[in-house]
This record gives sequence, structure tokens and C-alpha cells, in this order.
Amino acid sequence: MAETSMSTSGAAAARAKRSGRESQMGLMWRRFRQHKLALASLWIVVAFYVVALLAEFLAPTDPSAYSARYTYAPPQGLHFIAQNDDGSWVFGPYVNGYKTEIDPVALRRTFVIDEEKRLPVQFLAPSKPYLLAGVIPMSVKLFGLENPRDPLYILGADRLGRDLLSRLIHGTRISLSIGLAGVTMSLFFGIIIGGFAGYYGGWFDSAVMRVVEFIRSMPTIPLWLGLAAAMPKDWSALQTYFAITLILSLIGWTELARVVRGRFLSLRTEDFVTAARLDGASDWRIITRHMVPSFTSHIIAAATLAIPGMILAETALSFLGLGLQAPIVSWGTLLQDAQNIRTLATAPWLLTPGICVVVIILAMNFFGDGLRDAADPHGR
Amino acid sequence: MTQPILRIEDLSISFSSPDEADIEAVRQVDLTLTPGKTLALVGESGCGKSVTARAVLRLLDANARIPHGRILFQPEGSEPTDIARLKPDSLALRAIRGNQIAMIFQEPMSSLSPVHTIGDQIDEMVLIHERVNRKQARARTVALLDQVGIPGAKERADAYPFELSGGLRQRAMIAMALACTPRLLIADEPTTALDVTTQAQILDLLRQLQADFGMAMLFITHDLGVVAEIADEVAVMYLGDVVEQGNVFDVFRAPQHPYTQALMNSIPKMARKADRVRLNPIKGTVPAPKDRPEGCAFTSRCPHAFGPCASERPARTVVGEGHHARCHLLTRQTEEALA
Amino acid sequence: MLSFIIRRTIVMVLTLIAVSIVAFAIIQLPPGDYLTSYIASLSATGDQVDPRVIENLRNQYGLGQPFYIQYFKWITGVVQGNFGHSFEWKRPVWELIWGRLGNSVMVEGLAVLVMWLIALPIGIYAAVRKYSLGDYLATIAGFIGLAVPNFFFALILMYLAYVWFGTTMGGLFSPEFETARWSLPRLWDFFTHAWAPVLVLATSGTAELIRILRANLLDELKKPYVTTARAKGLPEWKVILKYPVRLALNPLVSTIGWLLPALVSGSVIVSVVMNLPTAGPMLLRSLTTQDMYLAGAIILLLSVLTVVGTLISDILLAWIDPRIRYGSK
Repeated sequence: MAETSMSTSGAAAARAKRSGRESQMGLMWRRFRQHKLALASLWIVVAFYVVALLAEFLAPTDPSAYSARYTYAPPQGLHFIAQNDDGSWVFGPYVNGYKTEIDPVALRRTFVIDEEKRLPVQFLAPSKPYLLAGVIPMSVKLFGLENPRDPLYILGADRLGRDLLSRLIHGTRISLSIGLAGVTMSLFFGIIIGGFAGYYGGWFDSAVMRVVEFIRSMPTIPLWLGLAAAMPKDWSALQTYFAITLILSLIGWTELARVVRGRFLSLRTEDFVTAARLDGASDWRIITRHMVPSFTSHIIAAATLAIPGMILAETALSFLGLGLQAPIVSWGTLLQDAQNIRTLATAPWLLTPGICVVVIILAMNFFGDGLRDAADPHGR
Repeated sequence: MTQPILRIEDLSISFSSPDEADIEAVRQVDLTLTPGKTLALVGESGCGKSVTARAVLRLLDANARIPHGRILFQPEGSEPTDIARLKPDSLALRAIRGNQIAMIFQEPMSSLSPVHTIGDQIDEMVLIHERVNRKQARARTVALLDQVGIPGAKERADAYPFELSGGLRQRAMIAMALACTPRLLIADEPTTALDVTTQAQILDLLRQLQADFGMAMLFITHDLGVVAEIADEVAVMYLGDVVEQGNVFDVFRAPQHPYTQALMNSIPKMARKADRVRLNPIKGTVPAPKDRPEGCAFTSRCPHAFGPCASERPARTVVGEGHHARCHLLTRQTEEALA
Repeated sequence: MLSFIIRRTIVMVLTLIAVSIVAFAIIQLPPGDYLTSYIASLSATGDQVDPRVIENLRNQYGLGQPFYIQYFKWITGVVQGNFGHSFEWKRPVWELIWGRLGNSVMVEGLAVLVMWLIALPIGIYAAVRKYSLGDYLATIAGFIGLAVPNFFFALILMYLAYVWFGTTMGGLFSPEFETARWSLPRLWDFFTHAWAPVLVLATSGTAELIRILRANLLDELKKPYVTTARAKGLPEWKVILKYPVRLALNPLVSTIGWLLPALVSGSVIVSVVMNLPTAGPMLLRSLTTQDMYLAGAIILLLSVLTVVGTLISDILLAWIDPRIRYGSK
């Protein structure tokens, strides 16, 4: 469908082309919407990115604020309805407080949830001033305790008594953005290299394809580890962030280059491209005005499907301790705390970042599959 | 007259699909096959001729049903079996498949497995049905390949289908079908995918083999020329109905059903330039099976359609010795004659 | 067939050369050279630094000379089985890694085996009984198998084993068998330990294999040769196993080409989590301590394993598919 709509518009004037492209996107959206699972996944993905964007507002506490008193405090959960001793009902969100108990076997102090203690939660709680997404000054959080001194660990605390929920929310920002940045960079290399290879063909094409095949035949994690290990230890958080992105896209570009090249190769012989060439259009014009619009949708789908791989790779690298480093919070660095089996046994909630990884990857895959099916004129 | 080997009686086949109502692809078909004779089943694509043929070996897809009718298979000197009542993967049916009734298909390339040698595929047929060892089976295979006119049979047995030409592949396919000397051979458009010269050779071969083996043959085709060449009897199908059937000479000389008449008129005839007349194609197109009228399927395109045609199914009427047709024109004429 | 193997082997040799260049580049990446680190580590432990030893080493590795000379010296050594010296362990690299590499090969080989053993029946079932309950279950399981990172799966498995059975999973051998010779009890001990990491490693590959096998088989089941086989009188299960499954396998074998790199990748990280004595944890350790000759050798050998494995699967593919064997298509 993409090709046919473009082949008519390719020959037509620029105005007609504009409308042709819009209808193509509209068509894709309509086909995509029939895919219920993909549509639901789209909303999940959007929700995750909203969390990433509004991390400071949504996270109830500072992700690096620690408290030695609440080491490995178990998750409080969030409750909405409670019954008083006299049988009356109380509505409104609250969390339970903690009490300490002496473990009779290990003779150790442990934290347990105190069902008696109720700490009311208030929405739009005032907080210390901060910059939302580093730009908008704000001094209110989505929710918080009425008394900010009380402990708030909805998903539990880590070794240093830091709030897992807040760290997870901030980690979402890093992990998702690194996926996006990595794919953007891969896309940049992929389109340029794959585009040249596909459009001009010849020795450059075969050289590029050999390189792509070569990179794809290598086991990625050892390679990534080797590259990541070479990063100077004294680099700043931002520098490591970009270095990791670059390392991920060093391998990530190959898949996208393959897709771009494939599309270019098949489009090169299409009638509307030949027509444009016979009209005397320049290479640049043919590529940007005639070819690129007709495969944007494919590229978007391929890029979407590449994001989960990036997220997984970052998580794996950081998990092994060679990716992002300590002050930066990402799903991978969070999972690093869960490496020790004994720690895990006392604080299984440290695995929650892993659940986030699984959910976003599933959602991204379904979403990408739906996009690809919708973009493919010949599928179904 | 010899006893018939296969009698299809009142056979209907319907297909179900999840979205739409069931489609009756074949309705109330009666066919009779006798040893040594060839019955040609003719019709346009989608008329149900292939479905009918496949039903004989129960090779239909899972969504096909046989709501009523019988397929009585009766080799000489034994009791008849109703194939329509057998389970598709049952022992009884598997003993018939390949052994008693064999089939050859239209596409010799895709109908043979591309990753097994010709010899292996033919050996298999022998090994399934007879107590022989591999060596004996291969000897039979080579003999068969030789018999169907494949040069260098011994070497060709080790060839893969993609190494043979289309004609040779079809010959190999025929050799496979004949491996267990079946009583009945079903040929589902065996010549359609071949070029004209090869077509003629394959038809010659089939005719000769039939004479040698004395088997019955059900020949599916859409080509009236091929029918004239090979068939003893012919059954014309239109949209699931057998509209006319009988001796090939009778049907070709005096077609009784308007559809058969129209078909005959649409064949180009060799004539001197001055005598040439315009070809007379059948008007309109075949309706989709779900739009088929309750009565005669040909109603929408029939030049003689009248009162009862659309709503009432014409009965199978005898119009000559062993010559039947389903048309209201015929019954009306008989009624008038009686009156 | 022979020309096919020769062609593939040439490609493989070229790939290996490229791999070795990449591995050497990684060795060279960290700032400073091997010798500076070596001297630093010797000084740190308070050992005397012998200037003659230093001079010898400088010659041996061609330090201070251009990249290609250093590479050439290194690769000559590698071809002769000399992978350089680990300054952390103060032993030749090869001595350190061959045992661990063997374990890697064993675990990964088993994972490949398990992958096929699970994927084949499930994939065939899902295709033959399309849209049945089993098919849906297989599809869902497949999606989850693809989405759960294998190190996370390993963590969950270890956690559950700890909570439910009180056992700490990990390692490939019990302590008493660690250094023992191979024997039946040791083999048994190996299997009681190895099943978990093998299962973890095989999950995503299995999911992918099932997905591809199902799609291929659905295509093949519609082909006319299946009807031909049925018309012969073969029982249904034989029809399916002998013809369409056989053809559906062909494109699958080629997927090993990228399944294997993913598997080797995964085994590195799973080994770290599950504390397996394979090349993975040693690679990680050597990288964190910048023991670069050791790290480079492991990266090189893991890649070589992958490339050789791919070559084997390519040849296997050709061997089962006559169309490739005879150079048509």
C-alpha cells in the first residue's frame, strides 16, 4: 500500500504528495488500531515514557536519600480502606508504619510492617523545590506523607535505606532514554551507511554487508564488555552515559542498516523512482522526496523493535558493573543490588526493576510487531 | 458390461469457515467409474471438480465435510467400501490410498518433495503397501521409471526433482502413482502445467498405461481438447453441480444442457476463412458460491432461463443411453411429450 | 558440496582475522600499555622489578612499535598457542582459560541441544494444531521467554530454589568433584548442577526456534507435496515428520548463525550470576582488573567458538538440503 500510494504521488505534484503521505500514515494507524494487543502495548509504552519524563514529580522521595534506620525495610504497599478498632471505616490512602522485632533465631533486629500504625498519604504534597526534567521549577510532588519525617517505602528499601520506588522511577528515565538515544544514534549510522549501500550498490554495498555480517556473527556481550571496560574510570556520569550509548549503537546500527539497505534496493527499481530519475531529478531529491517517505513507516517499525534490545543490553552491562556506574540510577544498576542470593532472600523486592524490564520489553515487542504489520502493505 | 469399480452416489461436500456460512462446494454428484475406462470431469476452475476428486481419497482440508452421499469402492470380487464413511487417517483408508486408488497432481514440481530423491519417493510407495525390502522396491522403481519413458532410469532414480524437466517430473509422478498397480487412477489436471508437446506425450503415456494395466481413470481437466483425446465418458461440472454427463461422443455431438452447449460453442474450430464465425463466449461470470441460486446454478448466465430455474433444482434426467443432464428445459419437454 | 565448504571456510578464515583484530584492539584500548600495568602491579605487591625482564617483555610484545607490528607479534603467538601472559595471575593465559573454555563449550552445547529438543515437538505441535489451546500457550510462553532477560530468569530461579528448597544454586560441580577426573559420579554431579544454567540459557533461543519453526511449518503444511504423501497411504504423523517438518527445518538451521552469538553472549552473564566456572566470570574479572591479554584471549576465543559453530551449522544445512548441496538455487 505504501508503494502504491507513493508511486502515484511520486509522479504527481508536491501538493498531491503531501496529502498522499498523510493518507498513508492514516492508513497505517487504522490498520494498527485493529491490533488490540499492539494498541494496549502502545499505551503501556506511553505510560512508561510519561513516568520517565515526570520522574521528579512522581518519585515521592529523593532517589539518593538514604537512611540507615530503614535498611532493607519491606514494602509498605499502598492502602485505601481501613477498619478502626471500633468497627468504623476509614477511607483515603495510607501506608503502614514499621516496628522492630528481634528475630529469636538470628538474634537480629528486623523490620516488620506495623498494621496498627497508619501514616496518611496526601496527594500533591509540598516538597523541597526541584526542577522537573531539569527545566521547570516545582515544589510539589504527586504524593507524599503528611509528615515528611515518616518512612515512605511503598516498594521497600535497599541496603542503604533508599526508597526503591523513587529509584525505580528515576531508573526508568535513564534506562528508557538510553534505549531511545541508542536507537537514534544507530538509526543515524544505519540510515547513512545502509542508505549509501542500498542506493549506490556496488563494492561499497558488498563491503558494508560483509561488515554487517561480521558484526552480527560476533557474540555481543563480550564485545560490549571489552569496550565498556576501556572507559576511563574518572569519566563523569554524563560522559559514561554517552559512551555506553555509543557502544550500544556500534552494534545496533547493523540491523537498521540492513533494513534501510533492503528497502533502498527494492525501491531503486520501482517505476516511480525510475520516472523521477528520467525527469532529471537529482540523487538527493530522489532519495529525500521519493524514496524516504515511502519507507519511513518500515524504518519506524524496525527502530521500535530495536529499542528493547538496547534496553536489555544496557541492563545487562550495568548489571555486570561495566555499564553505568553507581551514582546513576538505571534498572541495570538497581538489579546489581540483587546479585547476591542471600540479599535476595531477605529483600526479594529488589527484583522489581527486572519486572519493569520484562513488561517494557513485552510491550515494545508487541507494539513494534503491530507497527510492522501495519506498515507492511503486503502482510495480510 | 463390467462391474463398476467406484460409484459416487449423491455426494455433497461443504466447507465451513469461521466468518461465513458454510459453502456447499459440491452438491449431489453421481459418478460411475469402470475398469479400463476413463471418465473426464470438466469444468471451470472453482467448479468443484478437484474437490470431488480429492474427496475420493479423503484428501480434503480439515474444514471440509461430507454431509451426505456415498463413495462406494468395490474392487473385483470384494465387498464395496464406503470411503465417505471412513476416517481420513484410518488404517482402512490408508490401505486404499496409493495401493488401490492412486493420484497424480497438477504441479509436478511442488507435488514432489524437493529434498528427497525421485527414487526414494517412489520406493516409499512400494514399501508402504507391499512386503518387500528396499532393494526390491528400488528395482521396481527403476522398472517403473523405465516404463514411463524416463531415459537412464537407474541414474535418474537418484536425482532430485529440481534436476528434472517438468515433463520428466510428471512422468516420475505417474510412475509413483502406478507403483502398486492401482485399480483406479485419479489424474488431477496432470497436463495443465506442461507445455503442449509434453502434454500430448503425457496423454499418450497415460492412455497406453491404462491399456497395459486395465485400470479405471478419473481425469480432471478444464480443457475440452484433452477430454476429446482421452475420455470415454465425460461429466461437466458447473459451480458444484454435474450438469451433464454421458458418453463423450454423445455429449460432444449433442450437448443437452445450455452450459455444455455454450462450452462447445466457445471452442475455436478449424475452418476456412470464409466459413469462420465469431467465437461465442458465455456471457457473465461465475457467481461466488454463496450467491448461487437455490435452483440451477447456471440460471444467472443461461440464455434460456425461465420460471422454475432459480428456485427449483432440476432433476437428473435421462436424455439418452447413459446420458444424463440436469435442466428444466429437458423435463418440460418430456412432460409435454407425455402430455 | 566441496566448493561450498571451501567457500564457507574462506569466509570463516577472513572473519577470524577480523575477529582477532577486534580482540587486539580491545587489548590496546585501555590507557597505558601492558608493561606499565605490569610494573605497577609488581611494585604494588612490593616485588622487585627486574629491568632485564622488562626489556625481554618489551621485545616480545613489540611495545612502543606501531599497532600492526604489535598485532603481528601477538597473532603469531596466538596461532602457536601463546596467548600472552596474565599479569594478575602471573601465569600464561592459555593455562588459565582452557579448562573454563571447555566448560563454556559444554554448557553452550547442552543449551543448543536442549533448545532443539524442546522447540521441535512444541513447534510441530503448535503448527499442526494451529489455534488450539496448546498453540496459544506455546505462543504466550514464547513471548515471555523472549522478553525475560536470561540473567533475570537465573536470579528468579536461584531465589525460588533458595526460598523453597533452601539450596543455593550455582556452580557446575560440587566441591568434592571440582578437580576430580571425569567419572560417572562426576558426570551425574555435573548434570545435577548444569540443568539450571542450561535451561536458563536455552529459554530465549527455544522461544525463537518455536516461533520460526511454527511459521515455517505452517507454510510447508499447505504445499502440494504433503497431499502427495498423504495420497500414498502414509499415516498422518509420518507424513508430517517426513515431509513438511524436514523442509521446515532447513531455514531453521541457518538461524543458528545468530542464535549462537546470542547464546555465547548470554552464557557470559548467566555464568556470572550463577557462578559457573566458565569463561564468562573470568572475562568480567579480567576486564575490571584490566588484565588485557587474558580478556583479549577470552573475547577472541569466544568469538572463534561462535564463528566455527556457525560454519558447522552452515555445512549441516547444506548437508540436509540437496538444493544447496548441488549448488542450484
